[in-house]
Amino acid sequence: MTTTEEIRPPEPPGPITWIKQNLVNSWFNGILTVISLVVVYYVVVGSIRWAFVSADWSPVTENLLLYLIGQYPRGEVWRIGLSLTMVSILFGFSWGLWRGIMQAFSLTLIVSFLVLAVLPATPTAFPLSMRLFALANPGLILISYLISRRWKIPARVMISAWLISLTASIILLRGLGRSELIPPVEVNLWGGLVVTFLLAVGGITISFPIGVLLALGRRSSLPVVSIFSTFFIETIRGVPLITILFMGSLIVPLFLPSEMRVDRLIRALVGMIIFSAAYMAENVRGGLQAIPEGQVEAAQAIGLSKFHTTLLIVLPQALRLVIPTIVGQFISLFKDTTLASGVAVLELLQIARSILQSNPEYLGQQFEVYLFVAAIFWIFSYSMSTTSRKIEVSLGVGER
Amino acid sequence: MTSHPRADQVTGAGQAIPFWRDERVLRVAAQVVSAVLVVGFLYWGISNFLKAADQRGLSLGFSFLKQSAGFPIGEYVVPYDPSQSFLYAFLVGILNTLKVAVIGILLATIFGLFIGLARLSSNWLVNHIALAYIEAHRNIPLLVLLLLWYRGVFTTRLPSVANSVTWPGPIYLNQRGVTMVWPRLNPNGTPFLVSVIVAILAALIVYKILEYIQVTRGRSTYFGLVALVILLAVPALGWFLAGGDPIYWDVPIQKRFNFVGGISLTPEFAALLIGLVTYTAAFIAEVVRAGIQAVSRGQVEAALAVGLSYRQILRLVVLPQALRVIIPPLISQYLNLTKNSSLAFFIGYPELFAVGRIMTNQAGRAVPVIAMVMATYLSMSLFTSLILNVYNRRIQFVEK
Repeated sequence: MTTTEEIRPPEPPGPITWIKQNLVNSWFNGILTVISLVVVYYVVVGSIRWAFVSADWSPVTENLLLYLIGQYPRGEVWRIGLSLTMVSILFGFSWGLWRGIMQAFSLTLIVSFLVLAVLPATPTAFPLSMRLFALANPGLILISYLISRRWKIPARVMISAWLISLTASIILLRGLGRSELIPPVEVNLWGGLVVTFLLAVGGITISFPIGVLLALGRRSSLPVVSIFSTFFIETIRGVPLITILFMGSLIVPLFLPSEMRVDRLIRALVGMIIFSAAYMAENVRGGLQAIPEGQVEAAQAIGLSKFHTTLLIVLPQALRLVIPTIVGQFISLFKDTTLASGVAVLELLQIARSILQSNPEYLGQQFEVYLFVAAIFWIFSYSMSTTSRKIEVSLGVGER
Repeated sequence: MTSHPRADQVTGAGQAIPFWRDERVLRVAAQVVSAVLVVGFLYWGISNFLKAADQRGLSLGFSFLKQSAGFPIGEYVVPYDPSQSFLYAFLVGILNTLKVAVIGILLATIFGLFIGLARLSSNWLVNHIALAYIEAHRNIPLLVLLLLWYRGVFTTRLPSVANSVTWPGPIYLNQRGVTMVWPRLNPNGTPFLVSVIVAILAALIVYKILEYIQVTRGRSTYFGLVALVILLAVPALGWFLAGGDPIYWDVPIQKRFNFVGGISLTPEFAALLIGLVTYTAAFIAEVVRAGIQAVSRGQVEAALAVGLSYRQILRLVVLPQALRVIIPPLISQYLNLTKNSSLAFFIGYPELFAVGRIMTNQAGRAVPVIAMVMATYLSMSLFTSLILNVYNRRIQFVEK
């Protein structure tokens, strides 16, 4: 007679087994654990004590709104709020519709709003109304997400809604000449995190089509086109971003007709776009190379022209493959916006530097201010990269 | 009987293809159009520029390079004073870039390797400390990190010379930078220096030859042991020839306002080096981890099965395969570090870009100077990609 033994999944290890397996599985690891524990203890306790006792956060808490929106007229702040609300709602809907990367962006946005809502600041530097606004937005994102889960919205409608509301936001922020409701706001007054995002989002979206064209150009069988594209891509990728930004701010005005005056912010944005386009081209080219030749041959066999083969067969598959890389590129472009402070664009870092210069009392608090700026960048980049990586894994983006 | 179309009817050989659908014509047309667009755009820009240059009396020539520069440079590898030419000042900038790049690459590799290996540790705590380090550094902009070190630590947190922080070594930290003990060669120490160089070269050559003999003839040559003996014995000989004390330790001595002796790093250089090394090390650590994880477990198990020792497995099986994955991204990290050193401009270390900026102001010639700066960075990049291509071709050859 045979007894069938019940096969059970292994028990999850208890805390003591876990410690044995992961911390003290050999005498060497035991010593390492002890040393690490001591180091961690001193670092953590030291940092907490410093942050809550000896650090002086007044340059941050007294000027919080400056870091966020710069010198934007305080009476017109509702316009930024309205734009943010539109974007939040759209992200919620897109999350429900597309999941994937939109989910990563929406979650990042929710985290950022929640962090913003609890940042310590004096009441004048960050009024309660704005805190409540920051607290309400995650709710808005979630509600729009739930709505779009229930009622499917066609992708076409969604894309047009994005285009319309982005245009509307820009108009809302800039204002219209002679308008009573939304008087124009000088671009010089824009600043802080808003400008950082403007540079990053503007840079990545506008460089996307240029990058796709450059990638196709580089792979083209036409020698002139491919040489021009390769030359552009390799030159831009070979020099540091800061040199391109300086070229944009010093030299490009010389190459434009004298009646064409371009704002500092726009010149920096053009520099970011040129820089980002070259990297985008290489990322897209990676995707194009991954499409098997059979796809092109099959498209030709059913009689598609070269143009249609590229547009309908190759590009959609290639772009789907490179979404994760483009998110990575967006994160690094987001971090690279700090270099625009070198050409006097008032993005987050430059605002921080001018706050430090404005008040001699703040001279000793440079560490706190730069740490705060680093923390803002960290929260965005980290939550973006982590959520998108997790979603990639769970959805198998980049695999077919 | 149904009539089948004749072959020439199918291919349309009877009638001529209209030129707007003839691919040969289209190819030429597309290239001409793109060439005209690019050249036309450049022509438009250059003619605008020439007009502006004419009006403002700008000069495009490089003749100014021979004039005396007239500005001081904070630190230099080769002797420099303001009476020397612009070209020489530019060279000083290049050398400063190379100095920080070479030292930075060395330290970042060692530190990155260390963190990458810690990341692979079976000890949970060590592994997660490394992860925390990597995530903390990868998600903040390098520029913020540099300012954090330079403004936040070196210029505001460190004490004056009289109250220097002293670390064992001795290493002194103060507002004037870092001063530490440094080995120097005695006047009679030359034989020792020569013997060290000879020993390294000889050991490498003997190691390779004996290894080759062991592999091809199957006879034990003890190549590791022989090379080690050479590596120790030859310098020992040099040591005696030099009279027993070829090197001495140059210990810094604290004077009232500064240190005498030892080696000193300016706060700019020290902050730049720390920033670049800690930032790049986080990326190198990820490269190392990915490379080692790319070697499949089966390789190690197979090597165990054929009876190799653990050292042999590491040297003959794991490392060669891991290095093949590690080296290309590692080299591009080196290039990134070099390009990122241009951010030194923000903290006042006079490297290539910073010197270029002063030159544009001093000589009033933005275009030639920025062109020179970009060309220098570009040639560094091209040199790196040349090395990468050669390497890739070599490892592809091994792979068949």
